[in-house]
Amino acid sequence: MEISVPMLSLLQQHFLNQPQKTAVILQHAGQPDVLIDYQTLLEQSARYARAYENAKILPGEVVVLILQHSADLIFAFWGAILGGQIPSIMPFLTEKLAPERYRADLAALVGVTQPAAMVTSPEFEAEVRGALGPGSSVRAVLLTSQIPASAEVNFQQAGGLARSSEEIVLLQHSSGTTGLQKGVALSQRAILNQLTAYRAALQLQPEDVLVSWLPLYHDMGLIAGFLMPILSGVTLVLMSPFDWVRAPYRLFQSVGQYRGTLSWLPNFAYNFCAQKVRERDLAGVDLSSWRLITNCSEPVKAESQRAFYERFAPYGLKESALACSYAMAENVFGVTQTPAGTLPVTDEIDRAAYINERRALPPQPGQAAQVMLSSGRALANTKLRVVDEAGNDLPDRVIGEIALQSDCMLTGYYRRPDATEQALRGGWYFTGDYGYTLNGELFVAGRKKDMIIVGGKNVYPQDLEALAYEVPCIHAGRAVAFGIEDEKAGTEEAVIVAEVDTDNPQEREQIAEALRRHVTQNSAITLRYAHIVGAKWILKTSSGKTARAANREKFLTESA
Amino acid sequence: MNAIIEKIATYIAKDILKQPKRVITPTEKLISSGLVDSFSLVDLGLFIEDNFGVRIDDTELNAETFDTLEELERVIKELGIRN
Repeated sequence: MEISVPMLSLLQQHFLNQPQKTAVILQHAGQPDVLIDYQTLLEQSARYARAYENAKILPGEVVVLILQHSADLIFAFWGAILGGQIPSIMPFLTEKLAPERYRADLAALVGVTQPAAMVTSPEFEAEVRGALGPGSSVRAVLLTSQIPASAEVNFQQAGGLARSSEEIVLLQHSSGTTGLQKGVALSQRAILNQLTAYRAALQLQPEDVLVSWLPLYHDMGLIAGFLMPILSGVTLVLMSPFDWVRAPYRLFQSVGQYRGTLSWLPNFAYNFCAQKVRERDLAGVDLSSWRLITNCSEPVKAESQRAFYERFAPYGLKESALACSYAMAENVFGVTQTPAGTLPVTDEIDRAAYINERRALPPQPGQAAQVMLSSGRALANTKLRVVDEAGNDLPDRVIGEIALQSDCMLTGYYRRPDATEQALRGGWYFTGDYGYTLNGELFVAGRKKDMIIVGGKNVYPQDLEALAYEVPCIHAGRAVAFGIEDEKAGTEEAVIVAEVDTDNPQEREQIAEALRRHVTQNSAITLRYAHIVGAKWILKTSSGKTARAANREKFLTESA
Repeated sequence: MNAIIEKIATYIAKDILKQPKRVITPTEKLISSGLVDSFSLVDLGLFIEDNFGVRIDDTELNAETFDTLEELERVIKELGIRN
């Protein structure tokens, strides 16, 4: 019998037609690779579907997954898809994060998302239960050790058949405390439409091999680095982000070993790999199979692409493999992509006009110029506009807010109608990013929203400032957070400037240290720049609000 | 403070933290405190290799293996003996 639910139909096709094809090669540093074929993937996922059913978790209810990089994470996710529950993968506690902060964030998420179940490992059970207060929506905490040992794969009886393609199929949460409570709700229709359009832009083939170290709680990891290959019948080599960050060479060894063809990386990873991978770890590595490496999820830099290419060209890296994309969870993932096999277009512009007039004009002779890197062209299903404050379309080379419309947009922010209404207006999603167009190419140029992107992680200055106020001697309203560019790292660094009463240098240094430590242990990022100043340093607008951009300029001028 | 600890303390303060004057005590938590973040662990590993001739396996670049300068010194000495 034909299955009308698109994701289940795709999974069934792979299960029936190519059960022995490798779906996932799961890598753990220091352990042998685990090959998971489609038959195993579905059989193991069916165990989780059965566990959800046994716990009476209904189709359409949310299941939050709090698991480390593991086969169980993969099976728990696809088990929910089979059963029709809505999976949402949450970041796992990291070494540096204060456990009480993690618990508070998790409690806040549970409050907004109202999940019916959580899945975690036995070691982490106490942590998860600690986040559940009385009257919590969570009816079951399922442990990986307690999942039925086996279950039949039966697509005709799958709980997921009860879900229409218009209904929400998964939630994607961005990091950060403000973002944590804003889960992007996506329908099957949106995801399938995105995959159709994105596959075409990539010219994805069944024999492609995708190599990824990206975390699955991030949209780039979840969609490009997980859903797309598995639903498309493309083999995925999946390593742990924790392993990669300690040994970036593993990415290259995996590409060489498995003849990888596709990868996605945030911009900082280009610098990180170019600077930190040693010759001896590349001995015998052949990167000639790598046909598309997409730079995505933070501002793309020509210098980062160049450094990466020069470092790895001796190992067979093709320059034509270097691609760029502009993507966001609100469009499922990809919005633009540079055409496969061609180098991203660059545009040299006049720096003064860019900063002062918000125009991307050809450089004036003798004046400072800067090179912009194109993020590519809109996917076939996505329309782009660049608009001014009043919502009027802007011509080529004029910078405005990027808005998009497609057949793969978010259903909304889950249980957050206020946030949904703000972002979706007249059928368009207003991205909060600035950019300009040129001959159909999109160049992203800064952002309207206050977000800071540190190594691909989104953080909000409001959250960092709120953390600053928790530090003794820093008073509410007397700190400001913003991002500054770190050219060497190819990403942004967060800065917090805080006013204090004391002018004793030793005391100030102690406050700075306390601020660094508190923010580092209570947010996704590591704070390096804690700048302690005297009263009245921070610039405010006439209405008393903190002017982040002006304070950023002041900080940069003073540190120059 | 002995030579190994002092050399690493100076490196962390100057190159990782960008605060050359920052004093790091031998028992201060490095990893679990977030002082040395995960992006800097690979740098620390390479610094140790270049200066002390021992390679800490990347699977051991974590707080369980060492979380203080004192513990790191012990790891370096043990690896040195094994070589």
